[in-house]
Amino acid sequence: MSEPISALAGKNAEGFARVSEAGLQGMITLRGNLASAALAAAVKAATGCALPGNRGIHTKAGKAAAWMSPDELLLLVPYGEAEATAAALEAALAGEHALAANVSDARALFRVSGAKADQVAMKLCPVDFARLPQGEIRRTRAAQVAAALWRSAPDEISLVCFRSVAGYVFDLLAISARTGSELAPA
Amino acid sequence: MLTLTCPCCGVAAEETELAPGGEAHLKRFGPGASDEDFEGYLFARKNPKGVHFERWRHAMGCGKWFLAARCTATLEVFGTYKAQSPEPPPEIIAAIKARRPDWKGYS
Ligand SMILES: [Zn+2]
Repeated sequence: MSEPISALAGKNAEGFARVSEAGLQGMITLRGNLASAALAAAVKAATGCALPGNRGIHTKAGKAAAWMSPDELLLLVPYGEAEATAAALEAALAGEHALAANVSDARALFRVSGAKADQVAMKLCPVDFARLPQGEIRRTRAAQVAAALWRSAPDEISLVCFRSVAGYVFDLLAISARTGSELAPA
Repeated sequence: MLTLTCPCCGVAAEETELAPGGEAHLKRFGPGASDEDFEGYLFARKNPKGVHFERWRHAMGCGKWFLAARCTATLEVFGTYKAQSPEPPPEIIAAIKARRPDWKGYS
């Protein structure tokens, strides 16, 4: 057995906000008919969360269900449970037009925390952060690459990107968070 | 800067989150078509100065295709609508006519 390791093994940077690679995170892509009752039930069983509406993210006891597109969800579960959860989803949705894939090792997760965490992301993403409430996930770009982000706590933004660009995204966030580069110094 | 509201996810996405897909509502001519029709399908575009219907993809967002009506001269956006529309829907036509009373209509 090989030892699982996250993209940047928990790398950190400290500036006017703190940037951390969040380590191993189970992530499952679920595609299918979001109007299907069987799919909603399978999501509930896998995460404990009700099916999120457009752009919604529901969180419960360390798990989450996030709306990615009209036919796609991203489910967050502990890393060690992802394989079994994906298999359980596949079994629960047998006969449905649906696909569950464990993409944990294909993604990277970052947390940006601090009172000015917004400003770190604001410099990189064409998103109106003043109108991004908690409970909403926003797919967008971070500079040149695709990303999805949400408010995971009052002063914290979580950001998911592809693992292959994790180094690039970490550098973006770390440079954007450099002390002295605040957008509106207090 | 162009901002289009994606009808699939509802995000008001600015241009850099979108990928352009050219003119909307093209009629496809494939196998069995005449050379003239096939050439027209591949190359002939309206390219108007004014009201235009376009395909866009929310590439850095929900990933879905949608259609948009806008003015090529002013960048004014009249509306966006589902990619599965064979022609501009009545509310889009009405929105255009409200802003461009002398527009000749979709053809
Ligand atoms: Zn969209």
